[in-house]
Amino acid sequence: MTAITAPVATHPNSPRWQQAWQNMRRSTSGMIGLAVLLLHLVAAAIGQWLAPHDWTLQNGYIMFQTPSTEYWFGTDNLGRDLFSRTLIGGKEAITITLLGTLLAMVWGSLAGITLGFIGGKTDEWLMRFVDALLAIPWLLFLLLIIALVGQSGLTLVLTLGFFYGIAVIRVVRGATLEYVPKDFVLAAKTRGESKFTIVTKELLPNVLDALLVEAAMRWAWMLLAFSSLSFLGFGVVPPTPDWGLMIADNRGMISIAPWAVLFPALALSSLIISINLTADAFAKAIGLDRAKAPV
Amino acid sequence: MIKLILQRLALAFLTLATVCVLVFGVTEALPGDVCTAFLGRDAQGTRLENCRQQRNLDQPALQRFATWSAGVFQGDLGTSLKRDKPINDLVANRMRNTAALGLGAALIGIPMAILLGVLAALRRDRTPDMVISGGSIFAMTIPEFVTATLLIYIFAIQLQWFPAITTVRHSAPLSELIPNIILPMVTLALVMMAHILRMVRSSMIDVMASDFVQMARLKGVPYWRIVFIHALPSAMLPAINIIALTIAWLLGGVVIIEQVFNYPGIGTLMIRAIYDRDLPLVQAIALILAAVYVLCNLLADLASLALNPRLRSAR
Repeated sequence: MTAITAPVATHPNSPRWQQAWQNMRRSTSGMIGLAVLLLHLVAAAIGQWLAPHDWTLQNGYIMFQTPSTEYWFGTDNLGRDLFSRTLIGGKEAITITLLGTLLAMVWGSLAGITLGFIGGKTDEWLMRFVDALLAIPWLLFLLLIIALVGQSGLTLVLTLGFFYGIAVIRVVRGATLEYVPKDFVLAAKTRGESKFTIVTKELLPNVLDALLVEAAMRWAWMLLAFSSLSFLGFGVVPPTPDWGLMIADNRGMISIAPWAVLFPALALSSLIISINLTADAFAKAIGLDRAKAPV
Repeated sequence: MIKLILQRLALAFLTLATVCVLVFGVTEALPGDVCTAFLGRDAQGTRLENCRQQRNLDQPALQRFATWSAGVFQGDLGTSLKRDKPINDLVANRMRNTAALGLGAALIGIPMAILLGVLAALRRDRTPDMVISGGSIFAMTIPEFVTATLLIYIFAIQLQWFPAITTVRHSAPLSELIPNIILPMVTLALVMMAHILRMVRSSMIDVMASDFVQMARLKGVPYWRIVFIHALPSAMLPAINIIALTIAWLLGGVVIIEQVFNYPGIGTLMIRAIYDRDLPLVQAIALILAAVYVLCNLLADLASLALNPRLRSAR
C-alpha cells in the first residue's frame, strides 16, 4: 500500500515555491512593492550607519532649512537633519511590529489549527468567544493598557501580538477546516500519529502559504496601529526618531515647513503600501483569492 | 425567526458582558491600580491611602466589579478621578458631537462607497476600476492621521476654506460646530468608503456573474434595472456584516481623527484621560465605544436576517 502523504512539499526550493516566484515576477506592482519593502528593511537595519548627520543633534542656526544638497529632506524646528531622522525613523516601528506579528502568527495559528482540528462543540463555543473578542475595538484596549502600565516596547509587542492574533485564529481555523476531512489527515490519524505531529507535520505545511499572506496583512495593519499610537505619543519615547511621532511633532509647523511632515508621511505610507502590494502579488502568485478577504 | 433574533440579542449581551469583564479584569490583572496609576510619583503615604479609600480599593475585586458593573448596566459610569465629576456629565455632550461626526461621515460615505463599488465592479479592470480600487487602497493603507494632516494642509492652510482645528467648547450647540466638523467628517468618510467599496466591488462582481443576472440579461431587462434592482440588493447582503466589522476599525480611527482636529468628541476626551492617567474615565469610554460597536453589529445581523430569507431557515 502506498502511503498517503500531504500533497505539499515544504522544502523552500520545491517546484511549488519556484512557480510562485515565477508568477510573482510577472506582477509589476508586486515587484515594485517588494523593492520598496526591501529598501525599508535595509534602512531599518543599517540606516544608523548610513545617516549623514547626527539625528538627535539640535542646532538653532539651521532651523526649518528647506531641502538642499546638504540637508536632503531639510531640517525641523530644532535644526535636526530630517533625512537622517526619516532614514532611521522606521526602525522601532518595524522591529516592534515584526515581533508583534511573529507573536500574533504563532499563537493565532496554533490556536486556529488546534480549534479546526478538534472541531465539534468545543470549537463552536470557543469560536463564539473569539468572535466576542474580535468585537472589541483594538485601540481602546491598547490605550487602556498603556494608561495603566505605561508605554514600553515590550508592552506594545505583547498587546499588539495578542490582539492581532485573535483575527489570525479565524483565518487559520477556516483554512484548517478545509484540510481536516482530506485523506492525508485521515491516513495520519489511522497511522496512529499523535495530534501534535498531525498539526505540525500535516496541517501546518498546507496552511503555510495562507499564513504568510495573513502575516503580511497583519503586519501592515499593525504598522498602522503602531504609528497611530506613536502619533498620539504612546509609542516611541523621544528623542528616538519615529515617523508617527515626527508627523505629530512637526504638524504644528506645517505652514512653515511642510517637508517636515511630508517626508516621514511618505516613508510611513510607502512602507505600508509596499507590504500590501507584495502580499497581494504573492497571494495571486500562489492562487489565493485575496479579493474575498474581509480586509 | 423570533428564536434567531433572541439568539443575536443574547450574543450581543454576552459580548458586552465580556467587554465589561475584560475592561475591569485588565485593570486588576496588570501591576498597579487606579490610584497608583493616577498619582504616579506621589503614590505613597496618606494621599495613596485616601485615594484608595475613596475608590473602595480595600474591598475585594469581585465585590467592586459587582458594584461597578451594576452601575454600568443602570447607566451610571462612575466618577472621574482627575475632574472629580460624574463621568455621565463629562461624556454626554461629547458623545453627541462624536455621534454627529460619525453619522455625518456614514451618510456621505456609505452611499458614495456603494455607488463607486458598483461602478468599479461593472468596469472591472478598466480605467474607472483602476482609479477607484487604486484610490481605495491608498485611503486604506495611509494612516488616518496622515490623511487628516494632508487635508488640513490643503483645505485649511493653503485654501483656507475650513478651520484647521476646532476651538469650540464641547457644550456648544451643534450648529456652532458646522465649519469645524467638515474636515474630520471628510477624513472619516474617506477611510470608511475605502473599506466598504472594496467589499461592494468584489461582492458585486460575483453577483453579476451569477445565473439569475444572466437570465435577466437574456430576457432583455434594461441594464440599469439589472444592476440596481436585481444585482445590488443581493450583492449588499454579504457586505452588510463587513460594513459593521469595519466600524470596529473606524472607532479606533475616530479617536485619532478627533485628536488631530482637536474635535470636542469622546475620542479627544479619552486621549486626555490617558494623559491624565484617569483610568475610570478611560474604562468608561472604552466601554461606550465597545457598546456602540456591539450595537452596530447587532443591527447588521438583524438587517441581514430581515433581508436574507436563507439565513432564517438554515440551522
